[in-house]
Formats: sequence, structure tokens, C-alpha cells
Amino acid sequence: MDLLQLLYSIPILGIVFQFVGYVVDIFPSIAPFILRGATPIAFAAMCGVLCERSGVVNIGIEGIMLVAAFVGWYAGALAVPLLGSVPVLAFGISAPMIVALLAAVAVGMVISLVHAWLSITVRADQIISGTIINIAALGVTSYLLNLVATTSARGAGLFVPFAAPTALTDLPLVGWIFGMFLNQGPITLSLLFIAIVFQVLLFRSRWGLRTRAVGEHPRAAETVGIDVMWVRYRNVVLGGGLAALGGAYLTMESINSFQFNMTAGRGFIGLAAMIVGRWSPLGALGAALLFASTQAVGRSIGIYPATGELGVVLRAIPGQVFDALPYLVTIIVLAGVVGRSIPPAADGQPYERESAT
Amino acid sequence: MTEIKLGPLRFRASRPTRASLARAAQATWSIVALPVIAIVLALVVGYVVIVASQLLVPGRAIDLLLPLNAYATLFGGAFGSFDGIVRTLVSSTPLIFGGLSVALAFRAGLFNIGAQGQFLLGALGAVWIGVAVRDQPALFAIPVALLAAMLAGAAWGFIPGFLKAISGAHEVVTTIMLNYTAYSVIAWAVSGPLDQPGSASPITDTVGNAGLPILLGRTGHAGIVVALVAVAFVWWLLFRTTRGFEIRTVGANPDAARYAGMRPRFIMVLTMTLAGALAGLSGASVLLGVTRYMTASFGTTVGFDSIAVALLGRSHPVGVVFGALLFGAMRSGALVMYGQTRIPAEIVDVLQATILFFLVAAPVLRRVLRLRDVRSELGTTETLTRTYGSEAVTR
Repeated sequence: MDLLQLLYSIPILGIVFQFVGYVVDIFPSIAPFILRGATPIAFAAMCGVLCERSGVVNIGIEGIMLVAAFVGWYAGALAVPLLGSVPVLAFGISAPMIVALLAAVAVGMVISLVHAWLSITVRADQIISGTIINIAALGVTSYLLNLVATTSARGAGLFVPFAAPTALTDLPLVGWIFGMFLNQGPITLSLLFIAIVFQVLLFRSRWGLRTRAVGEHPRAAETVGIDVMWVRYRNVVLGGGLAALGGAYLTMESINSFQFNMTAGRGFIGLAAMIVGRWSPLGALGAALLFASTQAVGRSIGIYPATGELGVVLRAIPGQVFDALPYLVTIIVLAGVVGRSIPPAADGQPYERESAT
Repeated sequence: MTEIKLGPLRFRASRPTRASLARAAQATWSIVALPVIAIVLALVVGYVVIVASQLLVPGRAIDLLLPLNAYATLFGGAFGSFDGIVRTLVSSTPLIFGGLSVALAFRAGLFNIGAQGQFLLGALGAVWIGVAVRDQPALFAIPVALLAAMLAGAAWGFIPGFLKAISGAHEVVTTIMLNYTAYSVIAWAVSGPLDQPGSASPITDTVGNAGLPILLGRTGHAGIVVALVAVAFVWWLLFRTTRGFEIRTVGANPDAARYAGMRPRFIMVLTMTLAGALAGLSGASVLLGVTRYMTASFGTTVGFDSIAVALLGRSHPVGVVFGALLFGAMRSGALVMYGQTRIPAEIVDVLQATILFFLVAAPVLRRVLRLRDVRSELGTTETLTRTYGSEAVTR
């Protein structure tokens, strides 16, 4: 089963690479932008995989990312006067940035702890619990943004992307792949690492086996001595940290400021990526790349207008179509795939211990 | 002895005795206790948030009375004057429609987060047709514009319902994607086919005679009347028709509904379409009654507000009216509050989320406060929204 799961992600990644390669062929130098666009979506999807594999539906990923993006920005702004902003390490990392990133991850974990409490202990409706997190996140961040807007604070700065050796990126045919995966900042690079590690852990480790057991048949898992509640709590909180990394990416590696509702549905697209990737980390990464490439196409058409007949066709399409493209593709893929994609059996169902002795 | 039923409330129209009054008071309290306690606790949390958030702004002194001052101006702004009350009614109107939309979907076990997009499409339909019929008599123009809004919203609600029925794609994700798509549709329509030539930024013509007449004060438009008609309609549909019984049965147990010969998939599509039509009317009430034209940045907070309204109103049409009045008052009072205390109006969203948090944590609240359990018809703490590709739907 685990081998099958692993094998399954290969065709998805293959199709994505075909598509991305085609796009790159038309629009040179778009490849790194695709992975950058995919990073927050993929982190959201990782969070979804961790939560849902253990049987908890987390719709609040969007909200966790939004708050983490805010914290990553404003904690950095507050820390700069205290700690100075001299880069001390590679990637332009400075002390305030580390503080901001840790704060963002910590806040993300605390928020997901609230979701875990509501959905595991209180056994509330998990989708409503997640929606509350989204409403609260949008409210709190816009409230605080309005409150601190007068100070026009700047964050702690941006992580600097790694520069891959040109000997690699200039290779014919495959050079763009190196450029895509290596010309990235630390959060994106860590995403690749995290996706591979969790893919292995989920299907090859004791933790992964327990997680999947709890998500498929919690009663059976409890019978063999697994603490269902603890496994679920741990996974949801860990997932919150991953989602927070995706949120922090937006204000610490992408743009050095916070904007109203800047996650713009990436958390939900991440959930769709998780479904398309069949609840496996690498599959989710592949699906995130697919969604991001539709977005990158729209962007790149604005930046590098295509020439010839293709250009004429593309210019005739209103720009708003490209804005809506990631959302439309998400709907279409979801409707086309979800019927054949089977979630963990106990997904979204609160677990009640048999009457305590 | 006649009996008056108002949802879960029951009143006997006999000679009131001390005992019967006490019973009625207890019945009323058992229903409103949780919402009231949730609101009070949310105000406490809001107090902490307002005070604590002052710490984030460098160089601002901490004022422990600031939140109380804010609440006072918020309440005064919402109810303190005739104009304030009218403003509260105006901002409650779209929330009544939106709350009905979400509540109706809840009854069928569906979670309509798409009220936002359906609202936007409804507003677009209203302005599109409204501008076209702006010179016709109002008695013709208004119904036509409202109908257009209903159809546009219904179409936007039909899509997720249909997708859920055929493939099991969860409506939570698809409706949210459609919300973002709706913004693009509006930006395209207002800067393209509907753009008024000769203006600096994209803007549509005004709706002229299709605008809703002003009935109260300076801003109190007729939308509230339409909203109350919609409340009566949804109540009638849910509790007095066979279709409504089917909707509630599918929501309570899709498997049982299918064994009883109902068609859960059809009911889901129908409910989402009706919910979309209601949210579309919500958009029409704002566009035809308040703004009367549309810009490319036309936006709203009605989507999330509607969810709060429906949950607070326990998915009952009458409860929705009270929930909408509460959040309408908060929205209109918050603007006055911002003007006087400089506390951002978004504190309302924080309060809203906190109220919902305490409502969802109801089992814990009940245990802590030793409240008796009300048997709500919805069973709010049960899992009312099924997860991806629910077997009951796809099988």
C-alpha cells in the first residue's frame, strides 16, 4: 500500500513536469516563479496532509497562514530596533528575521491548538471550527493592520535566494529544473526537504503508521494501545507550524510588507492540492506546482508578452481571466479528481473514547 | 386554548398564571442563554484584545477604559438616534438575506461559504439589468432587477451544488474558489461591458428607477420589507412544505432520506440554488438600495457575517432576523466607534469570531455553567457538514 502511494505520486509529478516544461518553453525564466508561487500552497497542503491523515479536517489553514504572515512581518518590524538588522548568515538571515520566523511558527501552532481542542476534545463541527479561525484571522489581521498602519513599519527584510551555479542552470534541456529548484530562498528550499522527509516518514516510520491508523480506524488504533487524541493533537499542531511557514513565506521571502487578506485563498487551494495529491506530501507538492503554474502563466503574460499568433490570442483574453485561473483550475480539478480520490476513512469524524472505566 | 408555535418556542394563549409565565421564561432562557452568554464572553475577550493591541503600537499609553468607551460609542452609534437605528436596519438587511442563505444550506447539511460570491454576482446582475431598465417605471424596473439578482446568485449557488452532487467535490472549497472568481467577474464587467465612458476609473451607470425607494429617514430603503418577506418564505418552505421536510431530512441523515425515497443529490442542488438566490437578493439589496452603482472594487463582508448570523440564529429564519440585527448594529455602530475612538471597525470581526467560538464550544460552556441542554432541531454540535466525497452522496 505504501509503495503504491509512493508510486502514485510519480505520474502526477510527471504530468506536472510535462506541463511546466511546456510553459517554460514558451515563457523563459518563469520556472523559479512557479515554485515560488507553489510554496505557500504546498505548505498549506502539507498541513492538510498531516491533519487529515490523522482524521482531522482543517479548513482554518488559510487563517493560520494569514496570521503567520502578519506575525512574520510585524514581529520582524518590532525586533529590528532591538536586535539590529545586520545579516549574519547566508541567505541574508539576521537576528530579527529568526525571531520573526520563530514567532510566526509559534503563533501558527497556538492557533492550530485551538482548532485541535475544538475538533478533538470538544468534538465540535471541524469545518465550522476552521471557519471561525478564518474569520478571526481576517478580523484580527485587518484590525491590527489598521492600528499599526500609521507607523508604516517595515519588516525585518527578505530572505535572499540562493544562486545556483550557472554551470548547472545553463545546461540544455534540464538546466531550468536546477534553476527552478535551487534559485530559491531558505523557506522554499526547506519545503522540498520537508516534502521528501514527510513522504518517507508518513509511509515508512512508526509515527507515520500510527498517524495513518488513527486516520483510518481510530477504534482499532486505540485497541492496540495508540493514544488517538495525542496523535491527533500532535499532528494538528505540527501541521499548524508548517502552514505558518507557508504564511511567513509571503511576508519574509516574497514581499516585505503585509497586505489585507494577502493569502487570497492559498490555504484553500492547498486543501485542493492535498486532495489531488491523494493525501501524500509529494503528490501535494506536485499538485501545488500545477496550481501555481496556472497563476505564473497569467503573470508572465503580463511581464513577457508573447509574440506572433499566440500573442494575439492571449491579448484578446481579458486579464481578469488569468486572475481567476488558479481558482477555476482548482474547481475543475477538484470536481474531476475528488470522486476517485479516497480520503482517510475517519477524516472529519470526532473520536469518542469508549466509556471510561 | 390556542397554542402559538414560534419555532422551538411554544406559547399558550390561555389565562397567564404565575407558573405558566415562569415556564415560558424558562423556555425562552434555555434558548437564548447560550447566544447571550457567548455575546457577553466575546465582549470580555474584545476588551482584552483592544487593551492588548495598544501595546503593539509604539508610544501609546494603555487606557483600561478605552474598550468600554468603544462599546458605548458602538452601541450609541447603532441605537442612539433615529438615524442610527435606520442605519442599523440598512446594514441588517443584506445580513438577513445572507443569513437565510447559509441557514437554508445548513438545514440540508451543506455549508455555504459562498454567500460572498453569490452576493457579488447578485449585485452584478442587479446593476446590469437595473441600468438597462433604469428609465422604465419603478413598478417594472425593481422586480426585474431583483429577479436578475436572484438568477445570477442562483447560478453561482447551483455550480457548487451540482459539482457536489455529481462528483462529491466539497462545497466549502468550491464555493470559496467561486468567491474569488466572482471578484474577477465583477472587475471584468465593470471595467468592460458596463463601464461608463468618460469616467476616470471604471464605474457603472446608476440604476435609476430600478433603485429601491427610501421609506425611512434618509437611507432606510425598502429592502428590509423584501427581507422580511424572504424570512416568511424560508420559514414556510422549511416547515410547511414537503420540499422543506425533504431538505431537513437530507440534512439530518442523507442515507435515511434515500431509503425513504427522497433524492439527496437533487435536494442538495436545489438547496444550493435557492441559497444562491437568497444571497443574490442580499447583493441586490445593497446595490439597488445603498450604492445604486458599482465600481470595480465593489466588495463586502456579508459572506462571513452571514455564517455568523446563521449560526447565532440556530439556522432558524426567525433566529436569523435577530442575528442579522445584532451584526447589522455592530457594523453600523463600528463606523461611529472608529470616528470617535480611532479603534478600527474590524474589531467587529474579532467579536464575531469570538461569539462563534463560544457557540461552537457550547458543550463545554454548558458543563461549566451547568445549563440545561436544549434539544435544538439542528443539533449544532453534531457534524453537520460532511467531508470530501461523502459516501452518502457519491455512492
